[in-house]
Amino acid sequence: MFLLLPFDSLVVNLLGISITVLFTLLLVFIIVPAIFGVSFGIRKVYMKTLLKIFQWATLRIERGAKEKNHPLYKPYVNGIIAKEPTSLEEEIKEIRRSGSGKALDTPEFELSDIFYFCRKGIETIMDDEVTKRFSAEELESWNLLSRTNYNFQYISLRLTVLWGLGVLIRYCFLLPLRIALAFTGISLLVTGTTVVGYLPNGRCKEFLSKHVHLMCYRICVRALTAIITYHDRENRPRNGGICVANHTSPIDVIILASDGYYAMVGQIHGGLMGVIQRAMVKACPHVWFERSEVKDRHLVAKRLTEHVQDKSKLPILIFPEGTCINNTSVMMFKKGSFEIGATVYPVAIKYDPQFGDAFWNSSKYGMVTYLLRMMTSWAIVCSVWYMPPMTRQVSEEILDCLTCLFGPWLLLNSFVLPQPEEDAVQFANRVKSAIARQGGLVDLLWDGGLKREKVKDTFKEEQQKLYSKMIVGNHEDRSRS
Amino acid sequence: VSHSQITRLYSRFTSLDKGENGTLSREDFQRIPELAINPLGDRIINAFFPEGEDQVNFRGFMRTLAHFRPIEDNEKSKDQNGPEPLNSRSNKLHFAFRLYDLDKDGKISRDELLQVLRMMVGVNISDEQLGSIADRTIQEADQDGDSAISFAEFVKVLEKVDVEQKMSIRFLH
Repeated sequence: MFLLLPFDSLVVNLLGISITVLFTLLLVFIIVPAIFGVSFGIRKVYMKTLLKIFQWATLRIERGAKEKNHPLYKPYVNGIIAKEPTSLEEEIKEIRRSGSGKALDTPEFELSDIFYFCRKGIETIMDDEVTKRFSAEELESWNLLSRTNYNFQYISLRLTVLWGLGVLIRYCFLLPLRIALAFTGISLLVTGTTVVGYLPNGRCKEFLSKHVHLMCYRICVRALTAIITYHDRENRPRNGGICVANHTSPIDVIILASDGYYAMVGQIHGGLMGVIQRAMVKACPHVWFERSEVKDRHLVAKRLTEHVQDKSKLPILIFPEGTCINNTSVMMFKKGSFEIGATVYPVAIKYDPQFGDAFWNSSKYGMVTYLLRMMTSWAIVCSVWYMPPMTRQVSEEILDCLTCLFGPWLLLNSFVLPQPEEDAVQFANRVKSAIARQGGLVDLLWDGGLKREKVKDTFKEEQQKLYSKMIVGNHEDRSRS
Repeated sequence: VSHSQITRLYSRFTSLDKGENGTLSREDFQRIPELAINPLGDRIINAFFPEGEDQVNFRGFMRTLAHFRPIEDNEKSKDQNGPEPLNSRSNKLHFAFRLYDLDKDGKISRDELLQVLRMMVGVNISDEQLGSIADRTIQEADQDGDSAISFAEFVKVLEKVDVEQKMSIRFLH
């Protein structure tokens, strides 16, 4: 036991020195730039190196698979079966056309109609558009993480060594570094905002609050090794507007907030999140709701409207999908935020899953597991596009009055009346399509809530109605003949 | 079916299998929104489950899906003594016949046809109209006068329909 003592102190010394060195490096290379918003470009170099390694690994795997004659598993993002984009009517007519020589425009029932429903049903069993959005996207080439390893069997020693090295680097070097940074960032946020909260309201407080927020978010960004490319920053949201973005994970908030100063909207949580939320609201007016208030849509709308109408208040950040989607598509936007009548600033966020998939599968992983997974990936790489603001098309009520009074005169002079008013749902869809187009995502009309809930019967009833039109009217024709 | 297609379908099978016990239940199928809104969704799901069972394993899953393999030309000239492949024209028609034949007695009675029609049209057509549609269909198809459609009569009615194309699903490569 006595022999251990000198050895013990040596170990302690070494540990002490390495921790000091680590923290100095941390401070100089990461925290100080974060405070001032500059970057050394270390992360970009890191990303380029990783890309080269991945390319090598992919080639190696393909070569190895060919040598051993193993079939290679290639995931396809665009679906695995050929689907015809024809409508119910067209398809059924085609089936009937090939079956009988009867006139096509007489609506009636044919036994062959069932083929349409049958095939459509089986197609959706093999590959459907919705369920695959709720699980992480499959990668086309391996990125040396065992979590994305589908079928990549042992190919070569070098590859395995590389993977092992990767594990070592990620878990023993990057993870502690990131946890230290995250810890620093969060504690600075809580203490900073609480301190700023004690100041009297005024320009000084606003200035400090903005910079405390930005600084802490930047530290958190580095804690995740997030490499973000911002496009079109001149379109950044302004006061009195609503910033709308597609939702992939809670990290979206950190990514957007590190480049702009927003008012957050959300439910008050307990635990650490609650502490952070309560501290933040001391420094600047975020909109937090109690659990009970969330159910009351009118109350929510009222509070948001009040916030938006006050021009001195910050733009609100909202994710209208309501849940995390896996970043291959954009699902239905809930109309609540579009009813308020403020200017909407759409933002498209697209992650590159090659370095680490940011999607939070909340039914599979809890928050802590998710954060650990994020911190043990290589990096989070994403692109953010700020898009030009959009507004709901103007009300026609006044123009209607004018038309009544001056109708004939307007017609005579061939006045072209502007577009009809769109309702919140149409506006939401318009914004959604714009975001989908910009981010290169699939635009879906399905509700993200389908992750957990069953689909509404109204959709089935629509299909039934469409089909009924094809077979009804039978008797009117019969009575004529 | 190629190896990669089987792997892909297995991957699909496991992603649908939320209970992770190697079999799918009816709830697993109903979780697919596009299938849940299909008016005949329940009948199609039923086709996967053999008599009286509530779980289908990957083998059963593949067997049912095999009906929808496109018919390849070289298969038509295959040896006639072997068992008929699952994706033959006759078997595809049989699959559709089973969707109509609710009690699996080999005949589509007026009642069965009415029930299936009701599933397809919902509440949009009255009972009388639907009844006369069913009557007319049986009248046109029935040849042996038993007021029901047997499989042979079913095949006769659909002899000109391009079943091979309409009941086949191609894989993308």
